[in-house]
Amino acid sequence: MARKVLVLGEVRDGQLRNVSYEAVGAAKTIAEGGEVVGVLLGASVSSLAVELIQNGADRVVVVENDKLAQYTSDGYAQGVLAVIESEQPEGLVIGHTSLGKDLSPRIAGKLSSGLISDVTSIEVEGGNIVFTRPIYSGKAFEKKIVTDGLIFATVRPNNIAPLEKDESRTGDVSTLSVDIKDLRTIIKEVVRKATEGVDLSEAKVVVAGGRGVKSEDGFEPLKELAQVLGGAVGASRGACDAEYCDYSLQIGQTGKVVTPDLYIACGISGAIQHLAGMSNSKVIVAINKDPEANIFNVADYGIVGDLFEVVPMLTEEFKKLKVNA
Amino acid sequence: MNIFVLMKRTFDTEEKISISGGKINEDGAEFIINPYDEYAIEEAIQVRDAQGGEVTVITVGSEEAEKQLRTALAMGADKAVLINTEDDLEYSDQFTTAKILAEYLKDKDADLIIGGNVAIDGGSGQVGPRVAELLNIPYVTTITNLEINGSTVTVVRDVEGDSEVIETSLPLLVTAQQGLNEPRYPSLPGIMKAKKKPLDELELDDLDLEEDDVEAKTKTIEIYLPAQKQAGKVLEGELADQVKELVSLLHNEAKVV
Repeated sequence: MARKVLVLGEVRDGQLRNVSYEAVGAAKTIAEGGEVVGVLLGASVSSLAVELIQNGADRVVVVENDKLAQYTSDGYAQGVLAVIESEQPEGLVIGHTSLGKDLSPRIAGKLSSGLISDVTSIEVEGGNIVFTRPIYSGKAFEKKIVTDGLIFATVRPNNIAPLEKDESRTGDVSTLSVDIKDLRTIIKEVVRKATEGVDLSEAKVVVAGGRGVKSEDGFEPLKELAQVLGGAVGASRGACDAEYCDYSLQIGQTGKVVTPDLYIACGISGAIQHLAGMSNSKVIVAINKDPEANIFNVADYGIVGDLFEVVPMLTEEFKKLKVNA
Repeated sequence: MNIFVLMKRTFDTEEKISISGGKINEDGAEFIINPYDEYAIEEAIQVRDAQGGEVTVITVGSEEAEKQLRTALAMGADKAVLINTEDDLEYSDQFTTAKILAEYLKDKDADLIIGGNVAIDGGSGQVGPRVAELLNIPYVTTITNLEINGSTVTVVRDVEGDSEVIETSLPLLVTAQQGLNEPRYPSLPGIMKAKKKPLDELELDDLDLEEDDVEAKTKTIEIYLPAQKQAGKVLEGELADQVKELVSLLHNEAKVV
C-alpha cells in the first residue's frame, strides 16, 4: 500500500541534523512506494530543502515564520499540524531528539493518534509496518504496529540507514503560509554548556569516563581522544555523582542512551545501570585496571591497564592512523 | 496551589529482565517509583511547602501500585489516586493512559502538573505532553529548575546538555529531568502518617469512560531480549603493543575507525 509520509527536517545551527536524513530513510520504508514529503519549519530554512530532496525526499513543504526561529512546542505544533491538514498524510516521522521528544506527543495528542517513540528499526512484514524499539533501557526490545490512524514514529539517531545522497535529484519545493499565534512558552535565553562540537546522542564515537577518571581534570585525556576520533565525551553516573563532570554527559538508565559505532569505556566498572545506556553500541572497548570489572563482559575488546597510560597512547596511535589514511 | 503528580510504578533499575509467555516476567521482581517521577514528587512537595496548597499523586495501573503511592504519601504528598484499569483494559498504550489522566484532571483546576520526563520501562516519554495537550495547557519537558512567582513561571529546560531558560505561566505541566532536585527518602513519621492519608481508587466507570474511548492506537506484537554478546577479546602483552593491536583491530576487523 503506497502511502504519503511526512518527515520533519530538524535544523540545528543552520544545518539539517543527520537524524533527519535517517528519518527520510524510515519514511521511505513506511511509504512503500508512495511519496516522502519533507517539512521544514523556521525563520529562514528554504535553502535546506534541496538537501532533503538530494537525500531522498520527493518534495518539500516549507513553513517560514519569524515565530519559528526558535523551537517552541506551541509554534512547531501549529506548523506541523497545518502541513498535516493540507497534505493529509498517512505517515509522519520525526527524529527522537530533544525536539522530537517534546513535539511529537503534542501532535499525537492533538490528532488522537498513536505514536511509536524511539524506533531503532522498521520493516514491512505481512502487510504491516513493524517498528522495533528498545524497552527497559535496551534490556529488551518490542515490536509494535499502529492499529488505528496515522502511522507516526520518532526514530533514534544512529540506527536507521539514510538513503544514498544523489545530487542530481530534483523535487518540488512549495511554501505554506501559517499564522503562528499564542506561544505560551517563551525562550528567554539559551545557555550552551560543555557539549561543544559533537552531540552525544548522535555521535559515531563516544569516549566515556567513570569513577576511574578520578577528577575533573582526569577527563582531559578522554576529551583529546574524542576529538581525534570526531566523537563526544560521556560519563557514568559515578563520575557525575562525584562531580567530575556535568550530568548532561551521563549515560545510563537515568541519563542518555547512546548507540554509537564505537564506545570506549575508560575506568567504568560496568554497573547494570550504565550498561542499560550503552550496551547496544556496535563495538565496545573497555579500558580498566580491574580485570574482574563487569564492563569486560560486554566489551568486544578490552585492555587491562591504567586509563591515564592507555588513553594518551591510543590518542597517539589514532593520530598516526589518520595521518596515514 | 493545586498540584498533581503523574506517577508510574516501574521495575527497579537493577533488575535483570527475562521473558516468559511472550511477556516481561514480573515474578519476584522489585518495583519502585519511576526514578524521574521521584524528582516530580519531590518538586511538587517543595512547591507546596513554599507556596501552600496540596499535592495529589495519581497513577494509572493495578492495585499493586498502591505500595508506590503510599511511598509518595510518605515522602510528603497529601493525597493519592489510583485509577485501576486492571479489570477493564487488556492492552493499553500512551494514548490510553493520557486520555484517562486527562479525563480525571479536566475538572480538577490543577495549577501545576508534574511528571517524570520518561519512564524507565516503556521509555516513550509521551504521557506528560499528551495530557497537557488534552487539557489545553502549556508544557515544558525535561526541566532542571522551576521558579514560580505569582502566575509567572520561569523554567530551565535541558536540551541535549544545553539549557533553555523559558518563561511561561500557570496552569502548566512540566516533566522532570535528573538534576531538578534531590528526592528525599520517606521518614519514619512520614511512613506512619502516610497510612492515614487518603488513597482513592477509581475505575473507568467513575470517569464516565468506556473501553472504546481509550482503546490503544498501537499494539505490541512481540517482546524479545537482545542477542547475548560473545565474550570479548582481552588483549595481552606489552601495553604499547596492546594499544597498537587495538587500533588495528578497530580499523581492520571492526572497521569502525
